[in-house]
Amino acid sequence: MQVLANTARANALRSSIRSFASSAARSQAAPLEKPVLNKEFKIYRWNPDEPAKKPTLQTYTIDLNQTGPMVLDALIKIKNEIDPTLTFRRSCREGICGSCAMNIDGQNTLACLCRIDRKTSKDTKIYPLPHMYIVKDLVPDMTLFYKQYKSIKPYLQNDNPPEKGEFLQSQEDRKKLDGLYECILCACCSTSCPSYWWNQDEYLGPATLMQAYRWIADSRDSYSSQRKDQLQNEMSMYRCHTIFNCARTCPKGLNPAAAIAKIKLELAAE
Amino acid sequence: MSVSARVGLGSAVRRAAFTPAIGRNQIALRTAILKRGVQTQSLPPSASQEILNAQRLKRPSSPHFTIYQPQLTWISSIANRATGGALSALLYGFSLAYLVAPGTFDSAHIIEFVAGLPEYLKYAGKVVLAAPFAFHFWNGLRHLSWDMGKFLSLKAAYRAGYAVLGVSAVTTVALVLM
Repeated sequence: MQVLANTARANALRSSIRSFASSAARSQAAPLEKPVLNKEFKIYRWNPDEPAKKPTLQTYTIDLNQTGPMVLDALIKIKNEIDPTLTFRRSCREGICGSCAMNIDGQNTLACLCRIDRKTSKDTKIYPLPHMYIVKDLVPDMTLFYKQYKSIKPYLQNDNPPEKGEFLQSQEDRKKLDGLYECILCACCSTSCPSYWWNQDEYLGPATLMQAYRWIADSRDSYSSQRKDQLQNEMSMYRCHTIFNCARTCPKGLNPAAAIAKIKLELAAE
Repeated sequence: MSVSARVGLGSAVRRAAFTPAIGRNQIALRTAILKRGVQTQSLPPSASQEILNAQRLKRPSSPHFTIYQPQLTWISSIANRATGGALSALLYGFSLAYLVAPGTFDSAHIIEFVAGLPEYLKYAGKVVLAAPFAFHFWNGLRHLSWDMGKFLSLKAAYRAGYAVLGVSAVTTVALVLM
């Protein structure tokens, strides 16, 4: 009985599809053919297996009408369809992991948040983050950046935790952390900073310093004087010359320059 | 795999995978017999640091200011340094020159020398002196206001930057016509 009912339903379904498929409108609809819109992408290449060869710019041409809207889509398309050896970091494709940070048309940003410029007369140049050691192609060595971040102890330090429950914070104190805690550590800002280019070994750079301020500004943290002492020297923070490249380039719209200026004000008041 | 899991063979298969190569399935035997295309070298885990260091030595540094987009932010910062350096060099250079040869670099001689120059050269020289001074002066105020915690948003920093450029141009013209 059950089998019979199923066959009947399948037959009915099939006939309805056929009637839809053979309707006049359906037969006349032509598939939309988008015109070919070729654009050149010039991408920095360096292969660690041939270390003697100098880094070069390699040109790839792809059809923008067969590509997603973002530069990351173009990179993935090139890797999938043209050159599987092209190497870059990517993960979330929505601007929250910070993996695909690179220099696109002269500005550091996340490839996944950067729209492709649809002007085909001009090529798009893609370089890795500036003044970083290159592991391969668009992949920079971030070891030092992460070490610097670790050096500011990016966690809550308080020797007197509340007896019961959590640390409490007024709404005003919580507001002080807005614009600081959203950082995803993509290193766009640090590698856009000329001071960081020249003094990477000693200067902490905008990303790390903004996180240092994030913990100095936190009302629940009791180590702010130690944190400030750590920055009270010539190199760690005072290499910041308020250039504002960091704020200009931040793909999350944060302002490390302002955070560093506030640390400077607090240190000056000591 | 799903079949073996359903009949309860999962752990047995897993155990088999970890027994010595001889006891394993045919694929393992075949790979052992076949000549490999790529030769690998067996190294202890402690060797990884050496390999990494060898790679690090050869890594190139990515390009920086040559490929970075010219922006008011860092161009005005560089200009601030350059003008400051040039003005200081002029001040110290002139002072030292006066110290060494007070006869040739005193006011009377300088006035006489400039008065003898053609008109266009006088104006050009004035621009070369006035423009860096005007820019460095106004941009210095921009920096001082940042250090006081003012104009710290990106928009305000840009507005202040354009204001400095405008005011510097006006100041330069005023100084040249003086």
